[in-house]
Amino acid sequence: MGARIAGQKVRAAFRFAATAGLICSLPMLQGCALSDAPVLFPKGPVALAERDLLFTAFGIMMIVAIPAILLTFLFAWRYRKRTRNTADYAPDWDGSWGIEAVVWLVPAAIVVVIGTIVWDATHELDPYKPLASDKPAFKVQAVALDWKWLFLYPELGTASVNELAFPADRPLTIEITSDTVMNSLMIPALGGQIYAMAGMRSEMNLLADGPGTFTGRNTMYSGDGFSDQHFKAYAMNEADFATWKEKVAGAADVLDAKAYVDLHKKSVADPVRYYSSFETDLFSIILRKYAPIVGPYESKAAELICRGAA
Amino acid sequence: MLGRLTIEALPFYSWVAMGGAAVTVGGGIAVFLLITWLRAWKVLWTDWLTSVDHKKIGIMYVVLALVMLVRGFVDALMMRAQQAFSLNTEGYLPPEHFEQIFSSHGTIMIFFVAMPFLTGLINIIVPQQIGARDVAFPFLNSVSLWMTAAGAGLVLISLVVGKFSQAGWTGYPPYSGVEYSPGVGVDYWLWALITSGVGSTLSGINFIVTIVKNRCPGMTFMRMPMFTWTSLCASILIAFAFPALTVVAGQLMLDRTLGFHFFTNGDGGNMMMFANLLWIWGHPEVYILVLPAFGIFSEVVATFSRKRLFGYTSLVYATACIALLSFTVWLHHFFTMGSSADVNAIFGIATMIIAVPTGVKIFDWLFTMYKGRIEFHPSMVYTIGFMVTFVIGGVTGVLLAIPPADYLMHNSTFLVAHFHNMLIPGALFGYFAGLNYWFPKALGFKLDTKWGIRSFWCWIIGFYLAFMPLYVLGFKGMSRRMEHYADPSWQPYLIVAGIGALFVLCGIACIAIQLYVSAKTWGSARDITGDPWNGRTLEWATSSPPAAYNFAVLPEVTDIDAFHDMKILGQAYQTPQHYEDIVMPKNTWVGLALGALAFGLGFAFVWHIWWLVALCFVLSLVCVAIRASDDNSDFVLPAAEVARIERERLAEISPADLHDMRDFVPRGVASGAPLTGTV
Repeated sequence: MGARIAGQKVRAAFRFAATAGLICSLPMLQGCALSDAPVLFPKGPVALAERDLLFTAFGIMMIVAIPAILLTFLFAWRYRKRTRNTADYAPDWDGSWGIEAVVWLVPAAIVVVIGTIVWDATHELDPYKPLASDKPAFKVQAVALDWKWLFLYPELGTASVNELAFPADRPLTIEITSDTVMNSLMIPALGGQIYAMAGMRSEMNLLADGPGTFTGRNTMYSGDGFSDQHFKAYAMNEADFATWKEKVAGAADVLDAKAYVDLHKKSVADPVRYYSSFETDLFSIILRKYAPIVGPYESKAAELICRGAA
Repeated sequence: MLGRLTIEALPFYSWVAMGGAAVTVGGGIAVFLLITWLRAWKVLWTDWLTSVDHKKIGIMYVVLALVMLVRGFVDALMMRAQQAFSLNTEGYLPPEHFEQIFSSHGTIMIFFVAMPFLTGLINIIVPQQIGARDVAFPFLNSVSLWMTAAGAGLVLISLVVGKFSQAGWTGYPPYSGVEYSPGVGVDYWLWALITSGVGSTLSGINFIVTIVKNRCPGMTFMRMPMFTWTSLCASILIAFAFPALTVVAGQLMLDRTLGFHFFTNGDGGNMMMFANLLWIWGHPEVYILVLPAFGIFSEVVATFSRKRLFGYTSLVYATACIALLSFTVWLHHFFTMGSSADVNAIFGIATMIIAVPTGVKIFDWLFTMYKGRIEFHPSMVYTIGFMVTFVIGGVTGVLLAIPPADYLMHNSTFLVAHFHNMLIPGALFGYFAGLNYWFPKALGFKLDTKWGIRSFWCWIIGFYLAFMPLYVLGFKGMSRRMEHYADPSWQPYLIVAGIGALFVLCGIACIAIQLYVSAKTWGSARDITGDPWNGRTLEWATSSPPAAYNFAVLPEVTDIDAFHDMKILGQAYQTPQHYEDIVMPKNTWVGLALGALAFGLGFAFVWHIWWLVALCFVLSLVCVAIRASDDNSDFVLPAAEVARIERERLAEISPADLHDMRDFVPRGVASGAPLTGTV
């Protein structure tokens, strides 16, 4: 327990130093346009914790990195060859237990410190871990397609393409799979990414600080339409979300098996689409499509989706 | 008859493809004409292509690496040009071309620049550093070279006939599977990897045996020069890691060619297994590239600081630690695959542990400089540039090793910046330092220092300009491998990165000018003594370039800096009491033939020309049979001939050429030892 509190103090101190250092040094390239960098200025507790971890580790490592860089310049200058160099010269000096102890033990100690933090943080920030909240999580199922994202909302019975909306005050649980090559789903302002793989289900838990619009994308190169495979994610307040729900529920299109087979075809930079309903168990059928099962399909819809034709 | 090879495979479908093909074919024709004009075909054949001399093979490796460096860099320049301008537009490269370019850039830089460069330097130097006359298996060495060249040939010909892979240099399935990439591109990539991988594996085994068995009397393991140590560790890594690559490439080839399901979506395939196997090779590979460069830095820093290497024992153990740990961290390349927190945390911490021995190395080099007399030779300047820049890459590496932080940075340009930050200073600067340092040893004259220093400044400025913006873009959410983008705030950074690439272009031009200027004035820059930098290790005891047998009499060693001690004690450049007959391997065409057949086999497999596959395979077996039944593969160089060569060499050296070893006595300290070498 004591170690944990000490760890937190160390973290707080370094977080300040590292934030200051990073923010002062990086924008030199271009004014202050970094304020919109989603990783540095996240909009949710998960991404914030992940960023803080980045800063803490960065700060701690400066204990070794700064001396190493400065000493390189200092020694290169001080001991350069010139006609009158009064600096010491010790051509046969080739070891010192004191120096060796420092250069092995100090980095080792730093690794112990960061390693401890990493162990805790990796468990704390496990993407599969449900987030603590007094409200139930809002479940979304995401399917990676060439080259678009399909979002199913089991709670609402509706679906959308290239747009994700969720209530800002509830944690977001995204179940992820792929009906094409490997993809990786990420909304940088809210948190890290996780792969989408055919026949496999992965999961990510996120939370927004409040209402807002964020960019999400596939970060894993997947072919010609990859560059355009991004979408807007909206964390909405109650009123906006109610309006959005109504809008989607009133959509003319339904995502039945046949419509899904059409949607599955390759397409680039698709417009946002809404579906007022989707095929029962669509997510499980997409997972099942890649399972090594023989035997009859559960339904006509499953057969159509899995084989592309009934 | 020609499988799936049709007229469609020729690059007449776009000007980019035609340009690439024209440059490749034009380059080939130019080289052919140049050799013909110089009437050098016979010399080329007898002295080089069929040679089994480790020094000549090494030089050919380095030439291959430099040629491919230019090709790989053109890819880089094209990518930077595309991204600098492709805000909300297609830019000048359609996705199909952009994807081939980033795939070939990575493949070329890793397999056909870094690998041959380090293999070449090890080849030229390690046998001399351990006081040996050749590598353990000279013929195998020739086979390795030509297998690597065959792989490079496959990458080059893909520009002319067909297309290269669009699946990235890591070629993750299912995208690289036949369902999503039905063309020949991935097959070219696979066969380039398989052929050159066989070459690398054989080289690794060859170097291990050479270093373990061929050391001269007195050279215990703890008296081996650092470059030999790092080469040994890298070779062990090669021997253990490359089989994983060969297996995974073979599996993907079976998936693609014979309809297997190792890595397919569905039917029991699992793409996660590919990622695991690829990186079980891929992470040790990073250290295969970096460790020999660490060895070069160790040699250079001691020589040009005019001091013994600080913490030799520590450096040896640090190298061994890095080599061992490199096999325990592969999963950090895919923390985002969804493994449990326990797994991710363990691999994250294992990764950070590697930072400890690596940090130790940096400090050991630092304290080698401490109380030294540093000369800013281009090799040393590259070393200092490396030390500063590599620290930054190490820091960002530890950041990426933290799984939750990696969730944010994975697949972003931050990652791209990180690994370039390791490999450009950590590997390439090392090889450039080695090029400047050992060039006189290989070819007998020194490289121009002025252009060397200029190349360094262009490279280092170019590096910072090209990759620091990519770190920032990672924070801004930019993914790697984007052909175009919609965020206008990214563009300024990408323009700066493009300018960086132009500086690197100048750096490469400076190296070309350096080579040209040095070759033109070689007579005045000749290295008469074989020891141009007042070196410390045994490779400087031979002449420059060394006689075919390196050492007329095998040296005896009593300490780490063997040649330095010989010079201090006045034992260098002495005529031995008698010379002996030396058994040398004969040249052979079989290595070259096997390489050519491997190229033919790969090409035939790519295009499904099955009769040619069979033919090349059978002919390879015939070549092996011919070689195996050749009982006359050696010849004897008579002692009289050795004596004549050595006499001529020693006659050329005048006492004025020798280094003043009094430099090594600190001011005001009297020393009783004899101070200058004598002839």
